[in-house]
Amino acid sequence: MSAQLAYLVAALCFLLALKGLSTPRFARAGNLLGAAGMVLAVVTAFVQGAVHNGLWILVAIALGAVVAVPAARSVKMTAIPQMVALFNGVGGAAAALVALAEFHDGGPLLFRIATVLTVLIGSGSFSGSLVTFAKLQEIMTTRPVVLPAGRVLSIGVVAVSLVLAVAVLATSSTALLVALTVAGLLLGIAFVLPVGGADVPIAISLLNAFTGLAVAASGYVLANTLLIVAGTLVGASGTLLTRMMAQAMGRPLTNILFGAFTATAVQVRGEEQRTVRSGTVEDVAILLGYAHSIVVVPGYGLAVAQAQHAARELVTLLEGRGITVDYGIHPVAGRMPGHMNVLLAEADVPYEQLKELDDVNPGMTSMDVALVVGANDVVNPGARDEPTSPIYGMPIFDVDRARAVVFMKRSMRPGFAGIDNELLYNAKTTLLFGDAKDSLTKLLAAVKQL
Amino acid sequence: MIDLLTIFVLAAFVGFEVVSKVSTILHTPLMSGANAIHGVILVGAILITGAAEGAVQLVLGLLAVFLATVNVVGGFVVTDRMLEMFKGHKR
Repeated sequence: MSAQLAYLVAALCFLLALKGLSTPRFARAGNLLGAAGMVLAVVTAFVQGAVHNGLWILVAIALGAVVAVPAARSVKMTAIPQMVALFNGVGGAAAALVALAEFHDGGPLLFRIATVLTVLIGSGSFSGSLVTFAKLQEIMTTRPVVLPAGRVLSIGVVAVSLVLAVAVLATSSTALLVALTVAGLLLGIAFVLPVGGADVPIAISLLNAFTGLAVAASGYVLANTLLIVAGTLVGASGTLLTRMMAQAMGRPLTNILFGAFTATAVQVRGEEQRTVRSGTVEDVAILLGYAHSIVVVPGYGLAVAQAQHAARELVTLLEGRGITVDYGIHPVAGRMPGHMNVLLAEADVPYEQLKELDDVNPGMTSMDVALVVGANDVVNPGARDEPTSPIYGMPIFDVDRARAVVFMKRSMRPGFAGIDNELLYNAKTTLLFGDAKDSLTKLLAAVKQL
Repeated sequence: MIDLLTIFVLAAFVGFEVVSKVSTILHTPLMSGANAIHGVILVGAILITGAAEGAVQLVLGLLAVFLATVNVVGGFVVTDRMLEMFKGHKR
């Protein structure tokens, strides 16, 4: 009874944690409250349930903490999304393992249904998260991967999973449940492979919700209400969050959900040689130094180069010359919604200077210079003008409507989504090649000279 | 069983309700925080390992405990680091 009471308190902590995390003021407190609830729940479970193997359990927990803490503390802010994907994946795997271990002699039908769901969703979430990790870490291509017979394979995997699921329900065979685990792993891979770079964050969010549901299902397996409540909370809030993200990016959710069945290989345009105009640091310094209004559009490249601080110094200098400077923050700048806000906050950029799409785009035609630093897809006019573009429909900064565009890039390599950007060939555009931090530091010196 | 289903339905509604007004800025920390919370599977992992009979169950259980701990601890720590960045920039 007292264990149930402790679980109830823990569930309330989780609920308030999610509530807190939805408001800037209480976000951090909310997260800490969630952690406190978790400690309470784990201690309760240990006292209540670790009848045997207590020492082994403590060792496993200690090992987990030893692996997780340094990883979470040392990960660069730029790599946060893949870290979240990885943590999500191991959670899904844990849920699947719990259900597998608990399934020794069948049990009532509802128990078997819950087991099948936990194993299938948990293992799918695990393998899917690993693929998103590989995509974000650029271990594999970030472009949608469409296998030659991808659609047939995906449908085949779904069909096999369903057959195995029904077979497990009918026969209570452990061997079949193991086969279902493998099918779940394949399902996760088939689900994520066709997801293109721009949609990966949404896929992570969706997999996060799936793991929540797997945990909820495992709550039925173990008849544990805390697992049901917490898993369902994450499943429901995660689903809603996924929808909101998709809306913020103007991406139809069906692209991601059914990508495995509808994806077709993207036509790669002939690599004809097209001319671009590249400028020197001095050219760009003059362009910036004598402007009246500038919008800076930072992207992942800025973060990778750790150029947040250099960018802020340049902006402060330009403001000292009486120039109005704003940062245009795309909802998915960086690798995840809100990622760029975190990175710029790290560099002490005042919150008020961060402007969203709707604040910047209407005044774009009166902007003298749009300075694009390490961003690409979020300023690609193809998303607005070309219905065939894979990112068509994603809202963008209309920097091509500013009077001049300065595009700071490391190379002519296309952006994360792997799509060519018309803006590079625009007559208004000046390209400044080089590492973002290096270029910004040089620009800083050059503007000081003016 | 109906009791558990009731809990599920109510929790789903609360889950939808609780994040319905989050701003884009907090999408990433919220996702990461929710990610840490589903690490509560650690509770389940401890319970099955504590009652494990036989080597297979023990190994599966311990592996689940390990992975769930990584999920929980990593999730909360990384979320806290993200939110730390927002410190001092309150409107």
